[in-house]
Amino acid sequence: MAEGATRRGFLMRGFAGAATLALAGCDSISQQPWADPLLRSAEALTKSIQRLFEGNHALAQEFTKADIAPSFRANGTLDPGTADYRAHAQKNFSDWRITVGGLVEHPLSLSMEQLRKMPSRTQITRHDCVEGWSCIGEWTGAPMAQILALAGVKPNARYVVFYCADPMADSDGDGVNDSDFYYESLDMVEATHPQTLLAYNLNGQPLAIEHGAPVRVRAERQLGYKQPKYVKDIAVVDSLEKIGGGKGGYWEDQGYNWWGGI
Amino acid sequence: MTIASEPANDQASRAAGIWAWVLNFLKYGANSDPNDPKVWFFRHPLFVRITHWTNVVVLTVMLMSGLQIFNAHSALYWGYQSDFEHPWVSMTAQQNDDGSLKGVTKIGPWHFNTTGWLGASKVGGQWAVRGFPSWATIPGPQWLAMGRLWHFFFAWLFVANGVIFASLAVYSGHFARDLRPKESDITGLPAEIAHHVKLQFPKGDAAKSYNGIQRLTYFTVIFIIAPLIVLTGLTMSPTLDAAFPFLPWLFGGRQSARTIHFLCAFSFVLFFIVHIVMVVLSGTWNNFRSMITGRYEIEQPGGRHG
Repeated sequence: MAEGATRRGFLMRGFAGAATLALAGCDSISQQPWADPLLRSAEALTKSIQRLFEGNHALAQEFTKADIAPSFRANGTLDPGTADYRAHAQKNFSDWRITVGGLVEHPLSLSMEQLRKMPSRTQITRHDCVEGWSCIGEWTGAPMAQILALAGVKPNARYVVFYCADPMADSDGDGVNDSDFYYESLDMVEATHPQTLLAYNLNGQPLAIEHGAPVRVRAERQLGYKQPKYVKDIAVVDSLEKIGGGKGGYWEDQGYNWWGGI
Repeated sequence: MTIASEPANDQASRAAGIWAWVLNFLKYGANSDPNDPKVWFFRHPLFVRITHWTNVVVLTVMLMSGLQIFNAHSALYWGYQSDFEHPWVSMTAQQNDDGSLKGVTKIGPWHFNTTGWLGASKVGGQWAVRGFPSWATIPGPQWLAMGRLWHFFFAWLFVANGVIFASLAVYSGHFARDLRPKESDITGLPAEIAHHVKLQFPKGDAAKSYNGIQRLTYFTVIFIIAPLIVLTGLTMSPTLDAAFPFLPWLFGGRQSARTIHFLCAFSFVLFFIVHIVMVVLSGTWNNFRSMITGRYEIEQPGGRHG
């Protein structure tokens, strides 16, 4: 018995040792300047193959009322917490405006009231977080395609960038985030997809602050981080290079893939 | 002098005997007779050897980067969405009174203290809340974005390697000859299991093809579990669910697919462990060499020369 145990211990140590070596190898590779672009090169392949199959207009599955999660999980920023945002929240976001600019013929500035009066779409869909969990909820909002059509997108437009009211970094170290505001981008295919909304209701109620009040993006064929909350300004652009860290979104600048379809 | 030297001689010859047995065991396995003659047999064609070793690397990275991704939400559910109150598996951490962490793994109604392994383990000397420990994940520390980069790069290699293997296996006849299970593999399973338990591995002509257990296992792993792990992986993509709505339907939802993906990964681990044990028992060196050079030595029982 004792001999067997020792031998097993020896084998286990051997396996752990081999794993540690392999791991140290992978960790140091992860830090190499060439590793990131090499590993990331698969993203373009993944995106083109997925786009090939999904086409431009394949709809995400829609569910029934019975499928709606009893409590929709909130993730990321739960309250932007800035003085400006608090002031808007106190006035029930009656003064909140969403601007649409950049490569458009007619820049827009929409009040929440105007947004709510536009033709809307309601959809019960599954929200997939990059962390791995899913939640089903009923979203109501104005289709992005309609807003972009209203603004008149110029022919050289390639991406739609969403600028948000939630700061992601604490610049003065007082424990309250005040800088690096969240932003995200979708390409024109995803932005004009019929299920891509500027959503203002979840399960028939105006968005709670934790869910992105007063308005968030729904892009149902993408992961959660591609669907920003607390949307303020929308810009149509031809390149993402000069925006933020240049990768197309707050999480993308932290190393996440721009393609959030997987 | 002679009286004293006799036990020493005896000891020396016993040690030599044990050493010879160990060497023979490492070379030819548990039921080899060193006195039986061996003949060369060409066992593994080049494409099998290349795709096999490619798979060793690719699957290791897939498993370890997969565990990194799992750690971002170390719980599993059944159905379309996450019923956060009722995962069927979860790895969590609780704070002890002295501030240290206790790792708790729940499987169904059972709770296990898995401190140091699952739920809570040390990363660089510091206790951390994490599903799987850092030595099992790529990268080691919590770094979801990098884990995803590794996983989705090597996923393409896994699929490419699998497609190349399967095509050449079918084309070359390797599939029909060696991998496709036969009816007799099922009916003969009890006898085959008994042979394995008694470590009676085939010799002579019988050693020139896989046995029933091997065919059933290799077929299951390569042609059932591998496609299943790819399909359940694809089902976790919201884009592909829009493109192929039958995928989540097929697996009972995205969260079920995530569960099946995880179970497939652990089936691979289980296969890997049994595979290594069988390689050792049936002759480490002979097996290892055959997967590198293709050539395998077959023992001819009873001194027959083949």
